[in-house]
Amino acid sequence: MKFAVIVFPGSNCDRDMYHAVQDSLGEEAKLVWYEDADLVEFDAILLPGGFSYGDYLRSGAIAATSNIVNQIKQKASEGMPILGVCNGFQVLLESGLLPGAMLRNKKLKFMCHQEELVVENNQTQFTSSYEEKETISLPIAHGEGNYYCDEKVLAELEANGQIVFRYADNPNGSVGDIAGIINEQGNVLGMMPHPERATEAVLGSDDGLKLFKSVVNHWREAYVAGV
Amino acid sequence: MLQASEISPEVIEKDLLYKEMGLTDAEYEHIKKVLNRRPNFTEAGIFSVMWSEHCSYKTSKPLLKKFPTKAPHVLQGPGEGAGIIDIGDGQAAVFKIESHNHPSAVEPYQGAATGVGGIIRDVFSMGARPVALLNSLRFGSLASERVKYLFEEVVNGIAGYGNCVGVPTVGGEVQFDNCYEGNPLVNAMCVGLIDQKDIQKGIAAGIGNTVLYAGAPTGRDGIHGATFASEDLSEESESKRPSVQVGDPFMEKLLIEACLEAIHCESLVGMQDMGAAGLTSSASEMASKAGMGMEMNLDLVPQRELEMTPYELMLSESQERMLMVVKKGEEQEIIDIFQKYGLEAVAVGQVTDDKQFRLLHKGEVVTDIPVDSLAEDAPVYHKPSKVPAYFKAYQQVDYYPEGIQNFSETLKALLQQPTIASKEWVYDQYDSMVQTNTIVTPGSDAAVIRVKGTDKALAITTDCNSRYIYLDPETGGKIAVAEAARNIVCSGGKPLALTDGLNLGNPDKPENFWQMEKSVDGMSAASLVLNTPVISGNVSLYNETNGQSIFPTPVVGMVGLLDSLNHVTPSFFQKAGDVIYVIGEAKAEFGGSELQNVLENTYFGKAPAIDLELETKRQNQLLEAIQAGTVVSAHDLAEGGLAVALAESCFAGRVGLDVQLEGDAVTELFSETQSRFLVSVSQENQQAFERIVEDAIPIGAVTDDGQFRIQINGETRIDQTTEDLKAIWKGAIPCLLKSRA
Repeated sequence: MKFAVIVFPGSNCDRDMYHAVQDSLGEEAKLVWYEDADLVEFDAILLPGGFSYGDYLRSGAIAATSNIVNQIKQKASEGMPILGVCNGFQVLLESGLLPGAMLRNKKLKFMCHQEELVVENNQTQFTSSYEEKETISLPIAHGEGNYYCDEKVLAELEANGQIVFRYADNPNGSVGDIAGIINEQGNVLGMMPHPERATEAVLGSDDGLKLFKSVVNHWREAYVAGV
Repeated sequence: MLQASEISPEVIEKDLLYKEMGLTDAEYEHIKKVLNRRPNFTEAGIFSVMWSEHCSYKTSKPLLKKFPTKAPHVLQGPGEGAGIIDIGDGQAAVFKIESHNHPSAVEPYQGAATGVGGIIRDVFSMGARPVALLNSLRFGSLASERVKYLFEEVVNGIAGYGNCVGVPTVGGEVQFDNCYEGNPLVNAMCVGLIDQKDIQKGIAAGIGNTVLYAGAPTGRDGIHGATFASEDLSEESESKRPSVQVGDPFMEKLLIEACLEAIHCESLVGMQDMGAAGLTSSASEMASKAGMGMEMNLDLVPQRELEMTPYELMLSESQERMLMVVKKGEEQEIIDIFQKYGLEAVAVGQVTDDKQFRLLHKGEVVTDIPVDSLAEDAPVYHKPSKVPAYFKAYQQVDYYPEGIQNFSETLKALLQQPTIASKEWVYDQYDSMVQTNTIVTPGSDAAVIRVKGTDKALAITTDCNSRYIYLDPETGGKIAVAEAARNIVCSGGKPLALTDGLNLGNPDKPENFWQMEKSVDGMSAASLVLNTPVISGNVSLYNETNGQSIFPTPVVGMVGLLDSLNHVTPSFFQKAGDVIYVIGEAKAEFGGSELQNVLENTYFGKAPAIDLELETKRQNQLLEAIQAGTVVSAHDLAEGGLAVALAESCFAGRVGLDVQLEGDAVTELFSETQSRFLVSVSQENQQAFERIVEDAIPIGAVTDDGQFRIQINGETRIDQTTEDLKAIWKGAIPCLLKSRA
């Protein structure tokens, strides 16, 4: 399986994402500079964390206007798995691929540490390797991870099972303890915690690896079914 | 305010304008001799920044020469952007520490942020990818509103820059003492990794080669920053706010990626960061090191403000700029790389063979200076030195803290001292994990980052107990180096080399100069014995506010190597049943201790003694024991002594302990005797451990009941829950910040 890791100016978890896929997962990854965009050869798209365009204006806002996002939207509509982590999640929100917006953390400070998450929906192509309600530990590292949506959207997210991860102990003030959401079609996942930072026990947790494995398993099954 | 390049050389001399720039009468006369004429305004400005302490080390140079700088594993000693050590397999670690004290005192966010930005550039200008940041910070008492503001904004500035640029902040230290009230210390250290074949140097070789300016355009920020850094802070310092630069970490991130791509181009000859003294220092130093000259046309320098004068262009310390020398005719491949990242890379001049530093502006030669006179031939001063009266007096004082009855309360008081208390409030704001190499995160003795693709890891720490150095600079200097090495050893690494960040008061005062002299002597002696040469560093003098000097604070940033990830050793107890050992015996040494601070609110007496041979023996034996797999956890004994170290070791897990000690209770619990370690060992490894470590004394065991119990001479002296102690330790700094006067 071949993963595209999209690199915007200011992305800084791009190489981590690459390393997680290439070395921990053992699949193929390629760093794709946002201007060299040709996504034809890929089976999945990863939007890494960082500070695209310095997060000037709003986190993810400028990156969301780049040409490559149009291609990503096209791939999303075709059903390709797309994962946005941290700044990548913010780009997905800003580009309208996922509903809601990010506010600054309730304590108005950047925070970086391990957080416990509950897998709320293990019936997605990103989470099928987890148990339902499994508690996992992933690092967070963000200043604007306070997820916000209005009550109507929240009710929809709840009803559709689109809330994939919740914080066990909400660190940033997110509505509904939301740490990660998926689109209705089930192929675009955005999350603030960093699964790519948790793919090796030596770094404190390998709980993130199952997320990537789920994606590969789903793709293999679909591919085999397709043949 | 200095303005206008039209001011004639005659007026500069007559009105003593050179003094306003920071030059002395004698230095001005020397410049006239060098040039055989009076310097014009731009030239006088150039000399003044290049001959400032910050750039020339004119005061500290005779002392810095004493540092041992060579060893087989040292690939690059002092003199380049950063030092380099061999870590095997054709790889190397590049590192340096740098201060940004004065900017942080007047504009803490930008001061700290640009300090981080500057040290990162020093590392990637060598061709290395920056992989870790550490910060050594000193502030006054958190009871002061101003200090709270400085502390919060410095941390904010470090986070704002480091997090965005994508280099993890993995460690450091924060200490609080009244002497830093108006003059906080902000020292940033950066470590990079490089394949040895890719090492770059800041040299301008090859006659006719092109000088390329890359990165952010030049503005009027930071003009005379290097001079500002070389004088005392005073009431007027607030007016120097324009001397503080403004950082753009996004620009820096792009610059890192562009430069690290450019190093693979055959056409790149040399590269240097435009740091202190900006274009002036980078250009003249690159030429001087290569034995060449340089000519630049200032009209070609990218500018973000209108009508900038040559003086302003040359003295600006605008951030995120690099100077490169590229083979003539092969500029385009480098320019293309920078363009990919949306950065300017512009040819602004060429390398010449006449050893002159020549600048043109609007068709006129505005500067023509022998380049060596700026860098190599800068003046060197041998300042008078005098033993301070306080030192002689303190050497006669044997301090012992009398009257302690309740040892639990004393321990609690120590745990909530901000210097000892948990720094989680600080490091939680730093991205400590980006790049996915951080094995040991902040809050431990040393940070540990792995080297991807190998089984190796680097252990990194910064240390300096300035109280000891104030009381006895030579002993304190030894301790600073030894403590750093201790922290590396506890984490499982072999100490390899250090970078020194000397922060001192005004060296024109003989007592201050003596402090510097003696602390350098002490550091040199310890570096030599511990085989950790000094490979880079920075000197920040004039750290005074309204005549009051800081404690001499020569921060040691040290890097060590772990041959195997199996050697990574936590600082904290891991498992109930493990046996607790202390290595080394306590003596009644309380001068400069945290206990003295708690009881007396000041420091006096003798610093704890240190025997470097004993130190080395214990470090070597502990490292051997760790490498043999006999050690579960290791922690050095530092501020607050054994009781604090025991408590800290319990805070990571939910463990308790039962410890029995013999001797004088105050000494056993709180003495800060040097060269001591706290180690936990599983029962099956006890014999093997004791065979290796001679001075290890078993004192008790880790328990699972969450109770922290210490008996002395058979009598229970401390009996607390670990949870209560931890709450005090963890809550102290947030609590101090919340309480508003």
